[in-house]
Amino acid sequence: MATFNLTVNGKKQELNVDPSTPLLWVLRDHLNLVGTKFGCGMAQCGACTIHLDGKAVRSCILPVSAVGDQEVTTIEGLSENGDHPVQNAWLEHDVPQCGYCQAGQIMSAVALLKENPTPTDEQIENTMSGNICRCGTYTRIKAAIKTASKTINA
Amino acid sequence: MTTIKTGIGRRSFLKSSALAGGGLLLSFSWLGGCNPSPKEALSLPKEWFELNGYLKIGENGLVTIMSPNPEIGQNVKTSMPMLVAEELDVDWKNVIVEQAPLNTNVFTRQLAGGSQSIRQGWKSLRMAGATARRMLREAAAKSWNVPLDEVTTEASMLYHKGSGKSASYGEMASAAASITVPKEVELKNNKDFTIIGTSKNNVDGKSIVTGKPLYGLDYKKEGMLIAMMVQPPGFGMKLKSVDDSQARSMPGIKDIFTINTYKDDYARQWCDVDAFNDLVVVVGNTTWEVMNARKALKLEWEQFKDHDISSSSFSGDKVSIKVPGGLENSTRHALLMNEYAAKPGKVVRKDGNPDAAFSKAAKVIERSYSAPFLAHNTMEPMNFFAHVTADKAELVGPIQTPEFMEKSVAARLGLPLEKVDIQMTRQGGGFGRRLYGHFLVEAAVISQKVNAPVKLIYTREDDMSNGVYRPAYHALYRAALDADNNLIAFHVKAGGIPESPLFADRFPAGAVENYIAEEWSAPSNISVGAFRAPRSNFIAGAEQSFLDEVAEAAGKDPIQFRLDLLDRAIKNPVGEKNDYEPKRYAGVLELVKTKSNWGVDTPNVFRGVSAYFCHDSYVAHVIDLVMENDKPRVQKVHCAVDCGIVVNPVAAINLVEGGSVDGIGHAMYSGLTFTNGAPDQSNYHQYRLIRHREAPREIDVHFVKSDVDPTGLGEPPFPPVMGALANALYKASGKRHYQQPFITEGVKRG
Ligand code: FES
Ligand code: FES
Repeated sequence: MATFNLTVNGKKQELNVDPSTPLLWVLRDHLNLVGTKFGCGMAQCGACTIHLDGKAVRSCILPVSAVGDQEVTTIEGLSENGDHPVQNAWLEHDVPQCGYCQAGQIMSAVALLKENPTPTDEQIENTMSGNICRCGTYTRIKAAIKTASKTINA
Repeated sequence: MTTIKTGIGRRSFLKSSALAGGGLLLSFSWLGGCNPSPKEALSLPKEWFELNGYLKIGENGLVTIMSPNPEIGQNVKTSMPMLVAEELDVDWKNVIVEQAPLNTNVFTRQLAGGSQSIRQGWKSLRMAGATARRMLREAAAKSWNVPLDEVTTEASMLYHKGSGKSASYGEMASAAASITVPKEVELKNNKDFTIIGTSKNNVDGKSIVTGKPLYGLDYKKEGMLIAMMVQPPGFGMKLKSVDDSQARSMPGIKDIFTINTYKDDYARQWCDVDAFNDLVVVVGNTTWEVMNARKALKLEWEQFKDHDISSSSFSGDKVSIKVPGGLENSTRHALLMNEYAAKPGKVVRKDGNPDAAFSKAAKVIERSYSAPFLAHNTMEPMNFFAHVTADKAELVGPIQTPEFMEKSVAARLGLPLEKVDIQMTRQGGGFGRRLYGHFLVEAAVISQKVNAPVKLIYTREDDMSNGVYRPAYHALYRAALDADNNLIAFHVKAGGIPESPLFADRFPAGAVENYIAEEWSAPSNISVGAFRAPRSNFIAGAEQSFLDEVAEAAGKDPIQFRLDLLDRAIKNPVGEKNDYEPKRYAGVLELVKTKSNWGVDTPNVFRGVSAYFCHDSYVAHVIDLVMENDKPRVQKVHCAVDCGIVVNPVAAINLVEGGSVDGIGHAMYSGLTFTNGAPDQSNYHQYRLIRHREAPREIDVHFVKSDVDPTGLGEPPFPPVMGALANALYKASGKRHYQQPFITEGVKRG
């Protein structure tokens, strides 16, 4: 057990956990932020994607001890009113089926657009291939990312 | 206008009035607002008036509609309330939707399976809305002192033209609540629909994109512990000994013990299929602590012997299931399937004289197809919350069969049925896996044992290695052509480990003079169950690939070849019990032909077609394939669907797109193999699921315009696309694909 001071969605959090605990379970079990999902636990599906200083990271394999003073952003903290252009585009295209993968998809998409505000189809496909959608909503995800890209660059 | 008796749901109305006052309602995952713009949304009313079990109206006009069935991504939580709203004539933006609790006294068929939710709810849900509307009209007629048939409604308002009077539903709700439930009500004509047939976005959309707790895995309760189980490393094995001395003293660990999910003398229901009945359970404070303690267990396993399990079929017949001992291997399975295919099977249907026709044929084509076991791999792994006390059990989580599992839990705990309460959460996928709710029973037994609220969680590895798989299948086809290239005989012999995929009465049965269908099954201890479009999910692809080859051998266009056969089935069907409507079958082929511009070739684009009927719906696909760096990529899927009336187009299109991607993915990449009883793949680094860069670039969905009551949609778009893919791959490479998955590269074995 050790004490960690994290900044999650702009809020300081102090907690006492085993240093090897993946950030995913710190978020879900200790901080009650369950928007970040568990899918595989080995960086294969992207359901647990969060941002560390704005970069997309798989929280299921990131020990809490490796977070340090980097800013953690989860789906809950992406925007104050749930109206980030990517979230809006997701609603506009009615992307989700079961919806379970979508928090991770959105977090990956936001990080992609931050780095590359006008991605090509191929860039979208490659970056988003780390996120599995078992329901097969890929064509809508791509369309929503393009819509969000337009809004962001408008 | 159709008049229907409200009697079907009479029970529900009586019951609900007894419960009026809100006893019926639960607050979990509350407030799926349909209104996309919060600015316009009505705030919560001060008072609710419950008109029947499906809906209540607030004094300010807000309407809550209960969605009775489990939501697994098939969108029933939006489309089922749309049926209620249609007949209520309510403004959709004043509607909020709640997941109904399991309540068999109020709701019928609270089940997600067989693509039947909308089909079966088509009348009862509309009736609930129509009944409430009628009660509002009666209340208005009474208070305005005008004849009932002069009171009209539109978008949450009541009007009387003659007197110019009007009132909102909210204003009339209190009076309507005391009106006697009418004995019969009228349903709208299809042409008067204002909600059905229009696109309504997912009612949980906003909650999903903002990460609200919606799923079973997100559920929490004060004092809740986390439980995980350890199962044998492979099929054919059981627990021999447990040494938990080290694990027990690890931080956060509360208890370690073994459980039997079902007792030996229990006669199982059809949905009580499980893989492993003896489990080691670790209970602790947090997920990570439990995961770590699990690794410190020292467990020994041994092989079990042949035994029987008493169970019942879906229709309730008692059956005894033989579970053979031994450790199975995929290499052995492949040999076994060939052995069975070489022997005579059980003849299920025979028309004409197939033997004679084959012996006089000018050309005989014979091909075999196979597909591996598949794991469902819902993105949300199996999990369930249970809190069992001395006199009741409360369960919360993702389950497709709450009605059935309530009975299993009650039987296992020795509680009366009414003391078992199940709440349904939104589910991170179903695909048939959550029909089999052993994990509810496990969670309940664990909670009872530790005397605390518990959430049981499976890891991905637990989930993927836990059975209830899609069986491994094999099909051998033979076709006979005469000298003029007419199809004169057709033979299918299909089987599987441990179940046959055959539908003997489906196309091309009924379209060929001489026809024979045989089946076989080989015993196995690997547990299996329904997987999106059971049996069809293999046989459609096999049959549609074979027909492509037969058409080619006959020198005919593959669509025209099928249409000619269907024409025969329309005009002069062979046999009596053909399980499809050839006209609607031909309809989707015609539509996909037009929409895809079939017959117009594009350089370097390779096309394949297929069509299939299941779950009362018809789907045809054309796939446009391109080769990029020697790898096939689906450029475009053209899809034609006849599922009767389309309730919610935006969601229906989403389902068809998803089913197409799913079919391409499984046919191309997925499979589960076994070595000494153990699955060779346990997570996504070994089990390949389709990813974004492998998915079709574009999917075009077209619905046949129809006035037929809605039929299934969750499953039908999945099976046929596999055939279209195989046929397009052949065009691209000149090579026919007979074994799924078509691409084994990147699939690691062992
Ligand atoms: S749960 Fe982290 S990538 Fe799958
Ligand atoms: S929407 Fe179900 S897994 Fe993506």
